[in-house]
Amino acid sequence: MTCDESRLLHAYLDDELDAAQSAQMERHLAACPVCAAAQREHERLRKALAQPELYRRAPDALRRQWEAPPAPVAAPRRHPVALAAAAGFIGALLLSTPAWLWLARPDAAPAAVVDEAISGHLRSLQPQHLMDVVSTDQHTVKPWFEGKLDFAPRVKELAEEGFPLAGGRLDAIGGRSVAALVYRRRMHAINLYQWPADGADTPQAIARRHGYTVIDWRQGGMRFVAVSDLNEGELKQFALAFDNTPH
Amino acid sequence: MTIDAPLLPHRAEAAANARFQALVLPYLDAAYNLAHWLTRNDADAQDVVQEAMVRALRYFDSFHGTDARVWLLAIVRNTFYTLRARHAPELARDPLDDEAHPLIDPGPSPESVALLAVDVGALQEALARLPETWREVLVLRELEECSYKEIAAITGQKMGTVMSRLARARERLREELTHRPKEGRRHDLR
Repeated sequence: MTCDESRLLHAYLDDELDAAQSAQMERHLAACPVCAAAQREHERLRKALAQPELYRRAPDALRRQWEAPPAPVAAPRRHPVALAAAAGFIGALLLSTPAWLWLARPDAAPAAVVDEAISGHLRSLQPQHLMDVVSTDQHTVKPWFEGKLDFAPRVKELAEEGFPLAGGRLDAIGGRSVAALVYRRRMHAINLYQWPADGADTPQAIARRHGYTVIDWRQGGMRFVAVSDLNEGELKQFALAFDNTPH
Repeated sequence: MTIDAPLLPHRAEAAANARFQALVLPYLDAAYNLAHWLTRNDADAQDVVQEAMVRALRYFDSFHGTDARVWLLAIVRNTFYTLRARHAPELARDPLDDEAHPLIDPGPSPESVALLAVDVGALQEALARLPETWREVLVLRELEECSYKEIAAITGQKMGTVMSRLARARERLREELTHRPKEGRRHDLR
């Protein structure tokens, strides 16, 4: 650094100097070849950085997720063609995949449960709230729930499926204590709530709200609600992996 | 094909949503651009923006300011650091220490003048190699065209810190582009 004025060169380049300082810098640049050369180089660098290829715009999929049309006030209407396509798709699914992989049904996930599940998920993301027992080992997590709940939650390790177990905690949904397992996917957290529920198994129902995906299903006398800001496809993959992994 | 189940919003919530869409959504590109340059890959950038948007929506009630872009970019930045601290605590502490990276002599060298007419690829690599505290001010200033005051608000730094970091960031970038030193990769945290 050869001269004191060069300290303000960047503020000058960024048009952050007041008029007096600016004029002073201009005088200096006219007199100091070193600073003048530096100024030219930085101008060139700035021009290079302004190339539009460097500016990364949001991918369309992400944009669509947030540009969703205002949610309908009445029950969602579906276009007959879309419905027919959906029916065809589900038909194809039934032929090729386990029957439980049944999506749709707008009324399938009662809004109250979805709301509570999302609130619980959001609460869990606050610092220090995510887990009461931190472990990637199901044999640590499962016993931790003993004596804290009136049922034994199913705890499965899904690291091989790309969803490592991170831990668990107690939570409440619908006024009852439930087990919450926390799984990871990249930088996302998945909360999987479960509690005993009578009745037959139900297919997995998907609800989405503000970028959250919620999957709700009943299996083997247990109600499961998975919540994450993961995309729908990946959370489905998670639910599928959980259901298909023996414990 | 999507078979989703939209949930019935309350009227107030619908109004808030409409406001959110009008005020915040126009800055989705800005959010993504910052997230991309912080994470340096698209999958993580999407994660960061998604989480940041969720937080923005959640705390939208508390937004009473006038500049939604600054507000959203601050959330994106915080989300990035929070998620990373949770995900990879060992990376949470940025090794950058301003004192350890003194300003190099900014004097021009003949080859730098020629080399600075750089292609996008080289520029991209050089930018990605910068320590992130420098990268973020540079991205906010040069790509997002924020003022020092806005950058200070987004990053929670003093204006003077913004100015000196920007100066260092530019000198380093210029140096990277001039010499393309192999050892520059030591800054690559991944």
